[in-house]
Amino acid sequence: MRTSWRYLVGRGWQALLVLWAAFTVSFLILYALPSDPVSIMLNQSGEQTTVNQQQVAALRAQYHLDEPLAVQYGIALWHAVQLDFGNSIQSGEPVSRALADALPKTAALALVSLGVALVVGVGLALAASLTRLHWLRDVLLGLPAIAVSLPTFWVGLLLLQWFSFGWHWFPAMGNQGLASLVLPTLTLAIPTSAVIAQVLARSLAATWRLPFVDALRAKGLSPLRVLLVHVLHNAVIPILSLSGVIVGSLLAGSVVTETVFSREGVGRLAQAAVSTQDIPVVQGVVVLAALIFIGVNLLVDLLYPLLDPRIGATR
Amino acid sequence: MSDGLTGVLPTPWRASRQAALLRRRPLLPLGVLVLLLVVGWALWPQLFSHFDPLLGVPVNALQGPSLEHWFGTDHLGRDLYSRTVHGAALSLRATLLAVLIALASGIVLGVLAGFFGGWVDAVLMRLVEILMAIPALLLAMAVITVLGFGTLNIALAVGLSSVATFARLVRGEVLRWRASTFVEAASACGVGPWTIIVRHILPHASSPVLALAALEFGSAVLAVSALSFLGFGAPPPQPEWGLLVAEGRNYMISAWWYTSLPGLVVAAVVVSANQLARALQDDQGARQ
Repeated sequence: MRTSWRYLVGRGWQALLVLWAAFTVSFLILYALPSDPVSIMLNQSGEQTTVNQQQVAALRAQYHLDEPLAVQYGIALWHAVQLDFGNSIQSGEPVSRALADALPKTAALALVSLGVALVVGVGLALAASLTRLHWLRDVLLGLPAIAVSLPTFWVGLLLLQWFSFGWHWFPAMGNQGLASLVLPTLTLAIPTSAVIAQVLARSLAATWRLPFVDALRAKGLSPLRVLLVHVLHNAVIPILSLSGVIVGSLLAGSVVTETVFSREGVGRLAQAAVSTQDIPVVQGVVVLAALIFIGVNLLVDLLYPLLDPRIGATR
Repeated sequence: MSDGLTGVLPTPWRASRQAALLRRRPLLPLGVLVLLLVVGWALWPQLFSHFDPLLGVPVNALQGPSLEHWFGTDHLGRDLYSRTVHGAALSLRATLLAVLIALASGIVLGVLAGFFGGWVDAVLMRLVEILMAIPALLLAMAVITVLGFGTLNIALAVGLSSVATFARLVRGEVLRWRASTFVEAASACGVGPWTIIVRHILPHASSPVLALAALEFGSAVLAVSALSFLGFGAPPPQPEWGLLVAEGRNYMISAWWYTSLPGLVVAAVVVSANQLARALQDDQGARQ
């Protein structure tokens, strides 16, 4: 019991450290690279002809850009700890509020997509490892390889073209109702399910060769039962260790998906922020993405010992 | 010394291995053909297309695919096939640059971390870990926010956002070969660390790194075209692939070919590149 507590605390501490470092990296990229946020801001509002030196100085002071970089960093970090990422240059709204408004919409999309992707991906991998027909297995394992190669924006547009404009099954845009969720979900779920299917199929094949499978088969268990109960349980670990990456790619995919389907959400917010060079919003999104990735990984680390008792005990 | 090396050195490419590869990946020649064709587009666009990619003929606006206009025409009456062919130069150059940036900085960081170890290794690998915590697309978008839009900036952003993967692989390879007998022998003979890295370690690391580069080429095509689709690439008259698809968004009801066919080219290139990458990985896996 004591070792597992130390495992928990150790992991939590590590996660905090990585989060701090991710904040620092995003700060360095966005504020320390040679660029001038104030002139970006003024160009955006299109009033560069009318501003004078004083106004520039006032703006620089407002965003603490006249301070040395280390002081800027200290101020930004102190605010970030209190979940304050400053105000959007474009709308003037606090970044944290914009993110809090957008997150539930993206979370709904990402979670439904993850569910669909899990069902499809696991189903595909199980079917591929159960079938004895070589050509069928090749086809089932070839599908994910193609699916990860398709541009997400293109898949989304094709779905729109067929299901919305061609057959009028689903609305083409917006966040209204469940029907508007179907096509974006499919768009996001296709690459995710492909990754899950590829990793799980490989891991199932590797687990299937272990001696304990021979023992179970010798006991007289059917291949289906061995696969579903014993092999699957042992083969999910690689998928679990990928969960952070999978959730991260869902978030990145939401940028394109939400743009294609004109949905509101974190991805759309990020796209709009980059096109208007709204630095505080971009930093908010990047830190949020890192927070989600690190949180998911921490959760997975905490789940490992439950699934595989060997992991918690050895540390 | 040569006797000891035969187990380590790659075996020569034999006809039987080629046959086995073809049996396992029957579509590989097709993929290679697609890649060669697209490289041809990028190098000699005039040879493959007869229309000006930037000059519109308003009378011909939004015509479907035909013998004259293979991919149809866009809303200004420009030939979409010619635009796609000319776009290859822009999109592939950006992709290649991105992969080269990732490759070069990944090799430098990986060698530093793997060969010198200690605190250098600890610091660099923490950095890699942090970069991996941020989704590559968002990292690239952050870089673009600061650098501004354009094909070159997209390439830089995509390259920088995939440095971590290369650094990790190179470090692993360097650690693996550094422990080998021939490196020990070389350093016992008084060969300096840089010579050992360049002459003895990197050649052995080259095949997995090359396979990763091929794989990364596919994802870089995707990332570059996605960023260009989002509007962060070259400004509109340019025929960048992602931008071509984005421009077609407003004409999806009346002109299905406008988004579908240029997008299909992107998909075909990525499928082919990934297939080639996996063949390289298989081949290298079979050697070891």
